[in-house]
Amino acid sequence: MKVAVIKYNAGNVQSVLYALERLGAEPTLTDDLEFISSADKVIFPGQGEASTAMKYLQEKKLDLLIPELKQPFFGVCLGQQLLCEFSEENNTTCLGVFPVKVKRFIPHNTAEFKVPHVGWNNLYDLKGTLFEGLDNHSYVYYVHSFYCELSEFTIAKTQYIHDFAALMNKDNFYAMQAHPEKSSLVGERILKNFLAL
Amino acid sequence: MLTKRIIPCLDIKDGRTVKGVNFVQLRDAGDPVELAKIYSDQGADELVFLDITATVDKRKTLAELVTKVAKAINIPFTVGGGVSTVEDVKVLLNAGADKISINSAAVKQPGLINDMALEFGSQCIVVAIDTRNVDGIDFVHTHGGRKPTLLKTQEWAKEVCERGAGEILLTSMDHDGTKSGFANEITAEISYMLSIPVIASGGAGSMPHFRDVFTFGKADAALAASIFHFKEIPIPELKNYLGQEGVPVRI
Repeated sequence: MKVAVIKYNAGNVQSVLYALERLGAEPTLTDDLEFISSADKVIFPGQGEASTAMKYLQEKKLDLLIPELKQPFFGVCLGQQLLCEFSEENNTTCLGVFPVKVKRFIPHNTAEFKVPHVGWNNLYDLKGTLFEGLDNHSYVYYVHSFYCELSEFTIAKTQYIHDFAALMNKDNFYAMQAHPEKSSLVGERILKNFLAL
Repeated sequence: MLTKRIIPCLDIKDGRTVKGVNFVQLRDAGDPVELAKIYSDQGADELVFLDITATVDKRKTLAELVTKVAKAINIPFTVGGGVSTVEDVKVLLNAGADKISINSAAVKQPGLINDMALEFGSQCIVVAIDTRNVDGIDFVHTHGGRKPTLLKTQEWAKEVCERGAGEILLTSMDHDGTKSGFANEITAEISYMLSIPVIASGGAGSMPHFRDVFTFGKADAALAASIFHFKEIPIPELKNYLGQEGVPVRI
């Protein structure tokens, strides 16, 4: 199986590669349009800032390619946010695969709800095959200050300050805010289920 | 619900774990990767590796170790100890660390926090603060808590937050090694003051100490070393206890 991990100026891509390797996959880190187009699975990781990431994707023409892809595609963390239409992070127009807005958490009641949202929180209202073998309320690891709004494409929710879209799905596109590569057995299972799609 | 994190800390010297590690499952008590895996399997939420290697050329060993750890475990981990330049951070992040902690270097050159946050994002910059109470006032100490500074802890915590730190690792030098409980008062004071998470460290000796630092101390996470290494408190037991006491934990 040909697994492409999209290379761009995002932090900590290495952990995603290691997690895939632990599952027996042989991922290739690449920004080559042809390779990505012909891959069986595409993973779009990320950590960083939205507008800088979009600029890089535009330079590499990945902004045109990604929405057209037909194979199972998985956006992770910033990758999820970039698949939306707009992010409040520096008012960035994103890829528009999901007609969803990305908003900033407003901290309140400081000792209770801090921003960024850091740590293990649970998923609930799970829908679909990506969650096969997982219990409702499984824990995943988060580090983020922006979140995707709930929509008809939400397939799992997490509550922090309020509910947000923990995972989303539209056609062949899947997206997750938490880090599956750092979410212990739960994260491994989600990645494994994605590779099996 | 967001859970409170339990974080074992491993001291590393020349690529090996130091300070009594006492696990029967361990074939090699000095192998940080093996220990990291055990903690991760037991339900640790995160790990911290603190490098206490003195010499610069041995630092390469640390980056190699970080890669080995990143390949082996599937929970987040922070690496710290002697990090003093943006380049140091880059090397360790590229090796696979999730977060980097800086301490003395930040006190010496506070602009480093801004530079690191700008280059790599706040989410991976943990500022470690060692505090000691001197005649009723909390002062920041550096060099493993040996060297006092004129910085007041509360003011420094506020400043590092404004400069872009993603989390604060607050160690009370008055409590460290005493096993008499965490410094709940100052931890709560700083947690209320700041919008970023605070990891409490120093003083863990019993399971109620953890409950107290989460409830009274308002800590987002608690770090300890020896009580985990010597199996005085097994992590699964601690988490069950906390759950029963109404502290949200990942079980």
